[in-house]
Amino acid sequence: MSNLLEVKNLKKHFPIKKGAIFPKQVGAVKAVDGVSFHVRKGETLGLVGESGCGKSTTGRAILNLIQPSEGEVIYKGEDISHYKGEKLRKLRQDIQIIFQDPYASLNPRMTVEQIIAEPMRAFGTPKKEREEKIDYLLDVVGLSSYHKHRYPHEFSGGQRQRIGIARALTLDPELIICDEPVSALDVSIQAQVINLMEDLQKEFDLTFIFIAHDLSVVHHISDRVAVMYLGEIVEVGEVEELYANPKHPYTQALLSAIPEADPHLKRDRMVLEGDLPSPSNPPAGCKFHTRCPFAEEICRTEHPELKDVSTGDHQAACHLVKEVVGSNG
Amino acid sequence: MSAQMDLEQNSKVKAKKPKKESSLWGDALSRILKSKTSFIGLMIILLLIVVAVLAPVLAPYHPIDDGSIIDRYQPPSAEHWLGTDQLGRDILSRIIYGARISIKIGVIAVGIAFVVGTLLGGIAGYIGRWVDNVIMRIIDIMMAFPSILLAIAMVAILGKSLTNAMIAVGIVGVPQFARIVRSTVLSIKEKEFVESARASGVKNGRILMRHVLPNCMAPIIVQATLSVGTAILDAAGLSFLGLGAQGATPEWGVMLSDGRAALQTSPWVITFPGLAIFLVVLGFNLFGDGLRDALDPRLKQ
Repeated sequence: MSNLLEVKNLKKHFPIKKGAIFPKQVGAVKAVDGVSFHVRKGETLGLVGESGCGKSTTGRAILNLIQPSEGEVIYKGEDISHYKGEKLRKLRQDIQIIFQDPYASLNPRMTVEQIIAEPMRAFGTPKKEREEKIDYLLDVVGLSSYHKHRYPHEFSGGQRQRIGIARALTLDPELIICDEPVSALDVSIQAQVINLMEDLQKEFDLTFIFIAHDLSVVHHISDRVAVMYLGEIVEVGEVEELYANPKHPYTQALLSAIPEADPHLKRDRMVLEGDLPSPSNPPAGCKFHTRCPFAEEICRTEHPELKDVSTGDHQAACHLVKEVVGSNG
Repeated sequence: MSAQMDLEQNSKVKAKKPKKESSLWGDALSRILKSKTSFIGLMIILLLIVVAVLAPVLAPYHPIDDGSIIDRYQPPSAEHWLGTDQLGRDILSRIIYGARISIKIGVIAVGIAFVVGTLLGGIAGYIGRWVDNVIMRIIDIMMAFPSILLAIAMVAILGKSLTNAMIAVGIVGVPQFARIVRSTVLSIKEKEFVESARASGVKNGRILMRHVLPNCMAPIIVQATLSVGTAILDAAGLSFLGLGAQGATPEWGVMLSDGRAALQTSPWVITFPGLAIFLVVLGFNLFGDGLRDALDPRLKQ
């Protein structure tokens, strides 16, 4: 399996400006601050982290919906991060996105048919072909063709998300960025939508970047998982390896928070102290040191890089990887 | 009582049923009909339209040709319900025909303001940056002039005629539309469905026309309704000053202007066209206010 997408040192800093007439930049919110990872063709990469850690910004920066401040996004061997105009528009056929909120992501003034046809219309698919494809896609995502003349507000959240998925599939993309596609849905509906996405991945040979904060969902759907904290990736690896053997203390804390379906089980929870630091003024050294129970002097001064922490495909960015494993052992 | 309960139940059933149209306008209509003032406004507007359409049937005399100078300044009577003017023409007939001109003025002037203002405001809001600055500063300059002065200046440039008066009144109305549209576009363009259109490769022009502007319609429709009243008033003002409709045209502003010489001896010549203007402007304002309240999402339930 070759790399379909490679992200190198991606940064997105939103400027903070002051002054009404001559705005001066007084700082920056470092939403994404040097993220690197790769996605192999046909796999699902889970991207997890707390709210505000830059997961969604990363997704949008890959799509160039938000212009990245720095770094490269290499898709099929080409850096697409500086694409503009028609070149960028053509790229939209290959990379699509499914949004979190199925209520906000469908135009309330368009029928389902118009919504699904919109991407095809943008790329000049003939009308007859469009109509056939709409019927086919509605069927694929579990809706019926008689739904196509209705408006989004006539559907439930799960149905709307299916419409959003159908729209993402219209252009036969290779890579779909799923921005928390199920977190706005009821748990029972979540399972249906996730199963649908897995089926579609097999059927259409899709590659997913699956952004989520629900760790069990990510465990279920992902092949590999990247854990983000304050705009950086702190740990990345094969899903089974990472869940069974988390190296970074932040990952350990996250995983210990997954509820178990056994009331008698005595759990060893690792509860983090304090709040997420402000991304406009992140801590020096390891960004996690303010909340890390194992932090040492080196963590406050030196920024850790991702390094191999096991024989498999598993990297973590922590100075104390060995020690943490030992003390937890 | 029971009828009212029936009605309530009906509306509940309707609300649950999936409707083909977006429910926004359906809800709005039912709320408008519930409010007395906006209902009166709607009735006045409907009356104006009926009178304009049926003018040849309703008017007892021809507005221009009938009447002789011998019958001038006759007070209201069975023969001439609202009296006659300085040339002996029947005032009622002239007011009835004047309704046609008022509707024409309202529709065309507001149409110009609507189209130009929506496009300018939409472009300014959607593109942003320097384009926004340039367009909105021009709009600010236009707003800095009193509207009637600006209209007079424009008619002075274009020449005196009813058409030019309508154009002038339309252009004067542009800034309000542009501002409302711009602010609405600013909020709509950040919505996820706009982002998804961008992610689908939809071109900017189409995103603005198909995704952004249709979702800005509610406040624009309200503004349009309120503007019709102002437009009729402004155009009547221009005609009164001799810059709009000319000569024998049964335009309400012209009628006011013609009758002002005889204000003390024959007050009916000027009173009734004035009342007509007042009533129509009131109607559009009441309806516009009701429409705004009905479309305001904060008032829902």
